[in-house]
Amino acid sequence: MSLMQFAPALPEIFVLVMVSLILVIDAAVDDSKRYLAYVLSLATLAGAAFLTVRDLSTMPVLALNGLFIDDPLSDVLKLFLYLTVAVVLVYSRDYLRERGLYKGEFFVLALFATLGMMVMVSASHFLTLYLGLELLSLSLYAMVALQRDSSVATEAAMKYFVLGALASGMLLYGMSMVYGVTGSLALGDIAIALQDGTDLRIPLVFGIVFIVAGLAFKLGAVPFHMWVPDVYHGAPTAMTLFIGSAPKIAAFAFVIRILGQGLESQVAEWRDMLVILAVLSMALGNFAAIAQSNLKRMFAYSTISHMGFMLLGILAGSQNGYGSAMFYVLVYALMSLGGFGMILLLSRAGFEADKLDDFKGLNRRSPWLAFLMLLLMFSMAGVPPTVGFYAKFAVLQAVVEIGYVWLAVAAVVFSLVGAFYYLRIVKLMYFDTPHDTSPIAPSADARLIMSANGLAVLALGILPQPLMAICVHAIGASF
Amino acid sequence: MIDTILSLVIWVPILAGVAVLATGSDKNAALARWIALAGALAGLIVAIPLVTGFDTGTSAMQFVEKAAWIPALNIHYHLGIDGISMPLILLNSFITVLVVIAGWQVIQDKVAQYMAAFLIMSGLINGVFASLDGILFYVFFEGMLIPLYLIVGVWGGPNRVYAAFKFFLYTLAGSLLMLVSMIYLYFQSGGSFDIQTWHATTLGMTAQTLMFFAFLLAFGVKVPMWPVHTWLPDAHVEAPTGGSVVLAAITLKVGAYGFLRFILPILPDASHELAWFVITLSLIAVAYIGLVALVQSDMKKLIAYSSIAHMGFVTLGFFMFNPLGVEGGLVQMVSHGFVSAALFLCIGVMYDRLHSRQIKDYGGLADKMPVFAAFFMLFAMANAGLPATSGFVGEFMVIMAATQVNFWFAFVAATTLILGAAYTLWMYKRVVFGTVTNPHVEEMHDVNAREILLLGVLAVSVLGMGLYPKPFTDVMHVSVIDLLAHVAQSKLP
Repeated sequence: MSLMQFAPALPEIFVLVMVSLILVIDAAVDDSKRYLAYVLSLATLAGAAFLTVRDLSTMPVLALNGLFIDDPLSDVLKLFLYLTVAVVLVYSRDYLRERGLYKGEFFVLALFATLGMMVMVSASHFLTLYLGLELLSLSLYAMVALQRDSSVATEAAMKYFVLGALASGMLLYGMSMVYGVTGSLALGDIAIALQDGTDLRIPLVFGIVFIVAGLAFKLGAVPFHMWVPDVYHGAPTAMTLFIGSAPKIAAFAFVIRILGQGLESQVAEWRDMLVILAVLSMALGNFAAIAQSNLKRMFAYSTISHMGFMLLGILAGSQNGYGSAMFYVLVYALMSLGGFGMILLLSRAGFEADKLDDFKGLNRRSPWLAFLMLLLMFSMAGVPPTVGFYAKFAVLQAVVEIGYVWLAVAAVVFSLVGAFYYLRIVKLMYFDTPHDTSPIAPSADARLIMSANGLAVLALGILPQPLMAICVHAIGASF
Repeated sequence: MIDTILSLVIWVPILAGVAVLATGSDKNAALARWIALAGALAGLIVAIPLVTGFDTGTSAMQFVEKAAWIPALNIHYHLGIDGISMPLILLNSFITVLVVIAGWQVIQDKVAQYMAAFLIMSGLINGVFASLDGILFYVFFEGMLIPLYLIVGVWGGPNRVYAAFKFFLYTLAGSLLMLVSMIYLYFQSGGSFDIQTWHATTLGMTAQTLMFFAFLLAFGVKVPMWPVHTWLPDAHVEAPTGGSVVLAAITLKVGAYGFLRFILPILPDASHELAWFVITLSLIAVAYIGLVALVQSDMKKLIAYSSIAHMGFVTLGFFMFNPLGVEGGLVQMVSHGFVSAALFLCIGVMYDRLHSRQIKDYGGLADKMPVFAAFFMLFAMANAGLPATSGFVGEFMVIMAATQVNFWFAFVAATTLILGAAYTLWMYKRVVFGTVTNPHVEEMHDVNAREILLLGVLAVSVLGMGLYPKPFTDVMHVSVIDLLAHVAQSKLP
């Protein structure tokens, strides 16, 4: 085996080496030099981005004996992963420091999770998919539990772990069924084996059911959503920010690799399952979010509904649909970063700005942050001219294209319900008077990134073409 | 020919709004006001070439601009106007100037945000009227909700939060179904969001009927038609004066405009088939809402209900399917823009002095504010549809058109002449005449120069349009004939 075979996986290898390095360095330095881990983590992400950009692929390249694939889709998603994780680190820094969590562990776990996501994004084999997923999940369980003297966080970690393990089990079981039918674990071989149909239809469908259930767990789609609100709520906000943003991109890749590439020919089987998941997610997510008084919980339910929306794009089963789902998930990650990031920015030592009332009168306390949050909320609600509108628009278009007009109507009705609770945040910020007048002083870099984040929602809303073209291209060149 | 006039008409107010926002806190309130006024005037000035360069002899779109915007979805930045949209753009740019002046002294809190919201909304509304691409239209149509939501919610009255939510969710509900219809049209028309392409797309009756109701909900809520009108009185009562003016004078027109741009030409068969439905709703609005207006004790609410009744005339006229009716509806739209704006400004003038909108708190204003009373009289008469005011022209045309179709339509519609006169003049009598019973009225001073300017400009418009409406109908005529020719053709496959 020549060394060249490893070339497509260079970013992954680089991240792995750097994580190990950071682990060692952080263990050797004292508390005053914790920033080293922070700086090195950002440098790792930048380096990985450089390596990815240097080898941008124009067509799919299989490597490592078919375990690993390097295609435009994986490149684009990885670049967005680096960006998302980097923004998470910037937003979280002050928050972690004020809570005694500013330790090497956080950064190491974040980078291991990133590595896991990178593997997921680039997997072309059930084994690598599973490996990446577990690396991500285990890192996340540990991250949630990182604040070990907080009983809420520990409880959340426990729930996350138990349910996550259950989901992994389901997924493995489904994969084994598919293996039994097709005789292969490689996605490409599976696709070829299933191309002309199979006599073993029942075991195959059985397997698909388990796979879809496992995927739904990881995405947090109803009825496999129970862990989402508790974990989002219980975890320290910095961890919630992490869980709520980058892993969604990886989960999208995961779904698209299995369903869109491996089981592409079985779209008729899994489409109806996804329809049910999507409708239930949009319904429950949006209705339950109304009842929440805690912002993190509200966002958790809103995530559920957004994942339902993203599933609409995937269930279309067309390139158009996958492209729109990809656009949706990238836009969602951007909005989610902003939403949770805002909670982090407004929090101080000993104070969590995670209740709805903490946003009261934000327009008087900080008009600029209030304006950015306004953009983010309208974007989540899908109101133009913010980018959230095009995300919804694109998936609706994909759904109408396959003739599911009723599904599009259901989706818009639920998004109307959703608009209510996003509007409520705007109402709190603009119409109400603040009960807390302490100054808001986020660090300059976090404020700058937040401005870029909020304005990106508007700028991409006015000119969505570049991002949309990237998605169309990535999907088109990888399928 | 490449034009940039329409882009200017849209973007000058929006950029001016951003500039006003940049002035920041209330310490720079005066600066914010002047920039806002300059921006609004600039917006009006850039719109003037639309009148001077307008060719009344053609029904084709003019001042067309077209550029690829989102090629991935085949969405274009496609602008153009015809005789239907041109007067509305002008009305909007004109009213924006008045709104900025009207808020000059009254608004002392967050001035920059207030002015910016109006300017940005003005640009977005111009965009609605000028869009020839369905999604571009939708973006402007929905985008204008955001500033309006803030205007009602931040500067409104005590019940503003309820009103703002109700307004936003009602309108969003309508427009989301319209979005699905637009996506459906995209596939039916072979992958185009171009509105003019949609005008030529064949559609089955079921599809037309379903889309008819989707569009009807979207635009019916905005107009607003009975029974989805209930957000309007709430929003009006709670909105600041400027917000009420824009709501009544402009945003309601957006809904009516949608009928002419989307429902009639895209769904002609369903429109003919279901005309009875719209006509019934319109007549209920005219007669029933007229009665509701009669019993209102709050002046703003009264005018709000009167707006609903007047807009009922507009939709009634459109569904007569004859030139007189459609032009009458359009004239009524513009006229109502002037008259309702003026009446809300009048109420604003009184409210600024007494901080009450209740009719019973007033009485005997004629003695204390004679100049104001005279203006108010003119606008009240216009609202009642007195000949020689603009209010008369549109109503008369629509009633004439209705007579051609069915005598009983005209009969019910004509009740407005009685009801309209009854509620408007009765309110006027109770507010302006009689003896002064409220001691605070004693202290009220007459209108100042700024207010005279506002009301005077509107008075000239109302009288001018009432005495010589021909320039308006000339502008519309060719486009309306062309539209009706479209509507007369079946689009069934």
